[in-house]
Amino acid sequence: MSTPPSRPARTPVLSLRGVSKSFGAARALVDVDLDVHRHEVVAVVGDTGAGKSTLVGVLSGALAPESGTVEVDGRPVTLSDPATARGLGIAAVFQDLALCANLDVVENLFLGQEPVRGPLLDEVAMERESWRLLGQLAARVPSVRVPVSALSSGQRRSVAIARALLGEPRVILLDEPTASLGLTQVAEFLTLVERLRERGHAVLVTSHSLSDLQAVADRIVVLRLGRTNGEFDADRVTYEDLLAAVTGVAR
Amino acid sequence: MSVQARTRVPADEGAAGVWSRLRTGETGPLPLAGVLVLIGLVFQVLNPAFLSADNLVNLTQQSAATGVIALGVVLTLHLGQVDLSVGAVSGLAAAVVAVGSVRAGWPLVVAVLAALAVGVLVGLLYGSVHARIGVPSFVFTLAGLLVVTGLQLRVLGRTGSVNLPFQAWLVEFCQTAFLPAAVSWLLVAAVVVVYALVRVRDRARRVRADLAAPSWADVGLRVGALAVVLAVAVAYLGLDRGVGAMFALFVGLVVLCDVALRRTRWGRFVRAVGGDAEAARRAGVPLRRVFVTVFVACSTLAALGGVLAAGRLAAANQASGAVDVTLTAIAAAVIGGTSIYGGRGSAWSALLGILVIQSISTGLTLLTLDQSVRLVVTGLVLAGAVVLGALQRRARES
Repeated sequence: MSTPPSRPARTPVLSLRGVSKSFGAARALVDVDLDVHRHEVVAVVGDTGAGKSTLVGVLSGALAPESGTVEVDGRPVTLSDPATARGLGIAAVFQDLALCANLDVVENLFLGQEPVRGPLLDEVAMERESWRLLGQLAARVPSVRVPVSALSSGQRRSVAIARALLGEPRVILLDEPTASLGLTQVAEFLTLVERLRERGHAVLVTSHSLSDLQAVADRIVVLRLGRTNGEFDADRVTYEDLLAAVTGVAR
Repeated sequence: MSVQARTRVPADEGAAGVWSRLRTGETGPLPLAGVLVLIGLVFQVLNPAFLSADNLVNLTQQSAATGVIALGVVLTLHLGQVDLSVGAVSGLAAAVVAVGSVRAGWPLVVAVLAALAVGVLVGLLYGSVHARIGVPSFVFTLAGLLVVTGLQLRVLGRTGSVNLPFQAWLVEFCQTAFLPAAVSWLLVAAVVVVYALVRVRDRARRVRADLAAPSWADVGLRVGALAVVLAVAVAYLGLDRGVGAMFALFVGLVVLCDVALRRTRWGRFVRAVGGDAEAARRAGVPLRRVFVTVFVACSTLAALGGVLAAGRLAAANQASGAVDVTLTAIAAAVIGGTSIYGGRGSAWSALLGILVIQSISTGLTLLTLDQSVRLVVTGLVLAGAVVLGALQRRARES
């Protein structure tokens, strides 16, 4: 709440410099630069296969980039695994949510970050915090002690988002969060993203839809075939500009 | 804010709830305990010697060694992996104990520790190879089975059999050591008191945190049930020789594993990796460490099982830890209710599973039916358990 959204020359919380990543012969990311600031929502849009999920993978520590640097608060870091990224305050909600269906809601929320009392897990603290987090998201689950396999897809998404919010991360990555949502749910989701920005989080959202995120994003970065193909001010850019950048058609 | 409403336990009660939990396998080990009682009653009708204290003492003592091995299998099954070499590792451990203490003249303690170290090493190898290269464990441990069995034959040497002296403490521990009645009852009292304290304290913390807390009746029922089960078991076995030291060790290990699986971060990681390894990795679970520790625990328990088997037999030979042992241990874990698909199960399935198998075996022997019937019946029970497990899995997913 302390930094005004548009103060110039702020150090980005998270930035990529010349990051590349290939899978065999397929070049998923080529020389990508990207900055995300506090109190900012950056939308990354692009067609299927443009490299959006790879970008989230690299930023969350799930994938190792081949070249380029990742900086947190201006300092180069190596996100060798997801736990390291979490430790630096970067949390992700993956497209497939990455929940363990056999574990219950509490177990999923705290997986990898469980509080302990002595050698044993502190179930009471976890359960209390679970209710608080889910309440914050206005998420309705029948019980936090049911396995995730028993939840609806909407409830599962709430669990995944609640997990990302655990421990107040500074950067929240959301990979294709609107892909399977109805219109009302998209509206609800955008409200949530706005709340995250107000609370000072830096938010990076990916989508293959050009219009879903425009209302909430501050900047829109277009990825095309693994490369940055334009960066736009979300308030001013037109649908046609975005479409041209996404498809690579000259205007 | 409707805290009360939120913290209510969902409508899980009543007959429909019980049936749905049975159908999806959320009931825990209780139904299997019922099956065990049923098996006991059937054999008792067929042969009144079956439920005699003498026979039950033998049954518990015969279960212990393979039960310890099955406990390791339960851990690997939690990861959705299987170690086919547990029998072979137990055989090698038996050989190391016997040859080390008798032929090489090591102190018995050193020989036992060396045997356990063999288990640790084998597990380290499996775990790191699986974690780094991703070789399917059932093939890799099959290779391990051959190598380890070869080593066992080499260690035993040309005679192929080494006897342990009857006065060796290991043999006494496994054959004739029983907990004195006073010690048994003290243990029962201690376990019940600790369990009650944990329950009461847990309840108090939950009430303070405004979470759904079990009723006093529920707490009382659980503590009472535990006290009754333990007291009846100790009193009845006490009519004969009492609780065997080896069996007590086995049950202690089961309790330890149960707490580790349900109440520690390690256990949670194990179940997460078994449920969805990639999701667990992305949540920050250290996959390699989980794989290595589980395989080490499994092989070490297998080695301990082999040491106990050698003590009980007072010998190690080429038949120690034969394929039969591996199959029985895996069957016990599965019959006990641990899922072969990973991520679901309980340490108690090692105890319940091995007791089911051993009951069938002992019961049929009392009826003077031979090995052939025993294998067929045990196989059918295993098939039933696997089918039930698959049906429950399907019910959960629908």
